[in-house]
Amino acid sequence: MRQDHLISATQLSRADIEAVLDRAAEIDADPSAWQGRHDGSILGLCFFEPSTRTRMSFDTAMKRLGGRTIDMGAVESSSVKKGETLADTMRVLEGYADALVLRHPSEGSAKMATEFVDVPLVNAGDGAGQHPTQTLLDLYTMRQNAGLDDVTVGIMGDLKYGRTVHSLASALTNFDIRQHFISPESLRLPRSVRYDLHESGAQVREHTGLGEVLGELDILYVTRIQRERFPDENEYLKVAGEYQISAEDLSAAKDSLTIMHPLPRVDEIASDVDETDHAKYFQQAHNGVPVRMALLDMLLSEEEAQ
Amino acid sequence: MSDTDRELRVSKIRNGTVIDHLAAGQALNVLALLGIDGSGGEGVSVGMNVPSDKLAKKDIVKVEDRELSQSEVDVLSVISPEATINIVREYEVIEKKRIERPEYVEDVLSCPNRNCITNAEEPIRTRFMVLDDGLRCDYCGEIVREDEVPSRLDVS
Repeated sequence: MRQDHLISATQLSRADIEAVLDRAAEIDADPSAWQGRHDGSILGLCFFEPSTRTRMSFDTAMKRLGGRTIDMGAVESSSVKKGETLADTMRVLEGYADALVLRHPSEGSAKMATEFVDVPLVNAGDGAGQHPTQTLLDLYTMRQNAGLDDVTVGIMGDLKYGRTVHSLASALTNFDIRQHFISPESLRLPRSVRYDLHESGAQVREHTGLGEVLGELDILYVTRIQRERFPDENEYLKVAGEYQISAEDLSAAKDSLTIMHPLPRVDEIASDVDETDHAKYFQQAHNGVPVRMALLDMLLSEEEAQ
Repeated sequence: MSDTDRELRVSKIRNGTVIDHLAAGQALNVLALLGIDGSGGEGVSVGMNVPSDKLAKKDIVKVEDRELSQSEVDVLSVISPEATINIVREYEVIEKKRIERPEYVEDVLSCPNRNCITNAEEPIRTRFMVLDDGLRCDYCGEIVREDEVPSRLDVS
């Protein structure tokens, strides 16, 4: 990978993606061989909003590479609470770490932060914008289960505010993939993502019901319909049930259907789906470590080479 | 009657800038873009819906003792791509230029995405990539269509 930072899936070419996934597969095959590879390196974890999986998997990934992590802690107990700008916080923290991971509630925050730091910076989620490392582990999971070419993918749920969806939709345009987007009208993909899909010439269709397309899918990527996004509770209740799946609902699906979810889930995937061969969301979550190890290894190796 | 004769209906200026061939209805947006509300004492002439051979109807803005900055010209190119800018000295047009769409416009528009980092108290300027039919925030990716641009002018 040539970039110093990973801000958006839109910056990733097919070659970039495959390089990370191949490195992750090497790590998966022999994790012990990578222990100590980045002894002495420090990764700064800058999480301006709550996170469990992403924060812990970055922490684990760095430690498995032999490095250490520093953590700015909760926003409530940091200088941010005193009114410090993000720009200043990042300028200070870059002096403490060899690379930084940033999660922030504002869209564009990671892009802005790169204008103030010289160490590699990874976007771990910027508001409803992008979440490119989630996308890399999503793609790794897809490649393990269905491949990344001549595949039909359905992405269902909150497509408007779901940053994992925005990153994934963009990255999938690098491959021979038919994309179906399933959501209530009020939670359709935002204009900017639709624009990018159109510009890339991607094969895209939109639906309001899963039943319209379920039988065609090789992969179903489910996200949570976020109740808090609806201005009217009744509007939420009208659509919520249509975007929940149980094992029974999958009778029309291919036997080989892979179901994914960035987690956490609430009620959009019933627990009886967990017992089926379709369920790959926990495998997907576990893949966060080797994929983030691969990415950090590449970014830090590039940094050391300079 | 030529365009030049028609322009005479709006008083000539001695020194300054004539922004001509503006799409009809854009004159007030141009004044907003230039931060002109009359309180600064500038000499300003405005023609709206003036007959035009080229555009059928056009707007004209003439501003005394003022030249446009590049970022102002850049935004002008987005809200009215057909506009021309004439630099006037001693009542004569000494330079007449068409404007070109730039790759980016900086620091003249606010992002409509309220959750964009450019709307937070951070030490950055807004920057929009110019698309065929609009602008795109370089930070959050939000797209602003051409007809939405005037309402996003940040002239404060």
